[in-house]
Amino acid sequence: MTVTEPASAPETDGATETAASVPQYERLPRRHSVLRMSEVQAAELSDAPLDGENDQTMLMNMGPSHPSTHGVLRLMLELDGETVVRSKPVVGYLHTGMEKTAEHLTYLQGPTNVTRMDYAAPLFNELVFSLAVEDLIGLEVPERATWIRMLMCELNRIASHLLFMATNGMDLGAVSMMIYGWREREEVLRFFEKVTGLRMNHNYIRPGGVAADLPDGWRDDVLGLLEMLPPRLEEYDILMTGQPIWRERLQGVGVFTAAEANALSATGPVLRSTGVAWDLRRDQPYLAYEDVEFDVVVGTYGDAFDRYAIRLNEIRESMRIVHQILDKMPSGDYRSADAKVTPPPRARIDESMEALIHHFKIFTEGFKVPEGETYVAVESPRGELGCYIVSDGGPKPYRMHIRGPSFVNLQSLPHMMAGGMIADAVAVISSVDPIMGEVDR
Amino acid sequence: MSSLDGVPTIMSGDTTLIFPAAEDWYATAEALFADGWNVCVDITAVDYSAYGAPRNLPEDVQPERFEVVANFLSHERRARLRARTQVSGDAPTIESLVMIYPGVDTLEREIFDMFGITFTGHPDLSRILMPEDWVGHPLRKDAAVGSIPVQFKAPSTAQR
Repeated sequence: MTVTEPASAPETDGATETAASVPQYERLPRRHSVLRMSEVQAAELSDAPLDGENDQTMLMNMGPSHPSTHGVLRLMLELDGETVVRSKPVVGYLHTGMEKTAEHLTYLQGPTNVTRMDYAAPLFNELVFSLAVEDLIGLEVPERATWIRMLMCELNRIASHLLFMATNGMDLGAVSMMIYGWREREEVLRFFEKVTGLRMNHNYIRPGGVAADLPDGWRDDVLGLLEMLPPRLEEYDILMTGQPIWRERLQGVGVFTAAEANALSATGPVLRSTGVAWDLRRDQPYLAYEDVEFDVVVGTYGDAFDRYAIRLNEIRESMRIVHQILDKMPSGDYRSADAKVTPPPRARIDESMEALIHHFKIFTEGFKVPEGETYVAVESPRGELGCYIVSDGGPKPYRMHIRGPSFVNLQSLPHMMAGGMIADAVAVISSVDPIMGEVDR
Repeated sequence: MSSLDGVPTIMSGDTTLIFPAAEDWYATAEALFADGWNVCVDITAVDYSAYGAPRNLPEDVQPERFEVVANFLSHERRARLRARTQVSGDAPTIESLVMIYPGVDTLEREIFDMFGITFTGHPDLSRILMPEDWVGHPLRKDAAVGSIPVQFKAPSTAQR
């Protein structure tokens, strides 16, 4: 299967391209690295006869079921020998219409739907959905609920980054890292199971607060995690960070500049690896992030190694936040006392007719949310996770849109891969850490 | 900055809401970029054809079936701005912002896929989540849930 036209040469005339009058798109040095080709066009090429001398490049599909594509990502790669000339991420294999489904579920059922989007960081999906609904209602959440949310989210960030460590190691041949990362993540998930009843897809953070208070002995469990992790992270450093093979494999691979990252709306570790210190937890604080101290980890070179190192150090920063949360966890209610939003406690139902009615109404009809629209964003492990909700005053969202960081970050892949070797393509995909459940929704 | 003058603007919490006309969409985005809104973080659309409540829009904005919503971010100001524009229901078309904000590329493709809104000037306006030969636009309000038979094949031995 060959492509006869040679790819247009990438323009790298940096001096003239920075002029402000030139649109941002024209200023992207590797804008020609995006392959714009449909299935039909690609199929036609496979039928074209071979033309020895003029055939310069080859079109190859990687995925959708390739072990290093993190699920069902498919890449159409145009190769010149082993060099990637142009590429196109093809997505949609996991599309189940979750935004449409959301229009048919009540606000109380909503978290069960969104939690399945970014399945490596489910609590963030629930959080952003709940924050958006609470913003529309104008609901104040008790302090303890806010801090529980923060605790769970930071632990989830740790779990998600540990999963990244595991898959990143596996993709690049550090197979023992795969087992280590998975092992440590499982410890965190075990705590989640104790708190929420489930290892993943928790439906724990709900509009109005959280589903249940932290169980007895939670503090010891969290302290156990915080004790277990640091020596393990040291182990990762010995195994990978300082190891020449690992560094050679990642340094200078998939280099990205701050200008490119901003132009392509990249967020999270992908953006921070280019040296832009942008973290919503610090720059547009939500929950109680103003009350905790932490550093925003940034990179210098914008390569795959920086993205790896940022995630590793973000685990340490998250642990620092969790330590502070343990000290500052307030007492009080774990969910709002507003009877219109929160189901009454079980015991109240036996005593009070009112409580029974509220319980029945909330679970059959759902609670009504005032008309309006809102966009709320949180910093998920992968970048800005946004939720746009339009309400028409009914018990179900009129429209719910999730801005998935993985979906937007995927656009960077062709830019990062252009001119690199096909073996480095694996390192690049892995370093962006896309979760396909969130890409396809 | 001139293109932003006279555009209906309201504040919603910390977010600035602006309501440019659809024909000024590109010029507005250009002005926003020049004004320091350096990232277009999200762009989506809403089909208001089945909206059960009165549309809460500024006085001089004429409601239409579709609304395209773009979220902008200014790193410098640490602020957000949301632009909402009305797009007519028949042959919905609007200019693409890819030239100014290349990051909206796949998001505009998603809107095209889900709502059938055409973005003029987009380099590759094709379906992204649905199959290329799909008919219809799932997130439109007249696309019902479950109205399409599931495309599983019966096993070859099954009597039909």
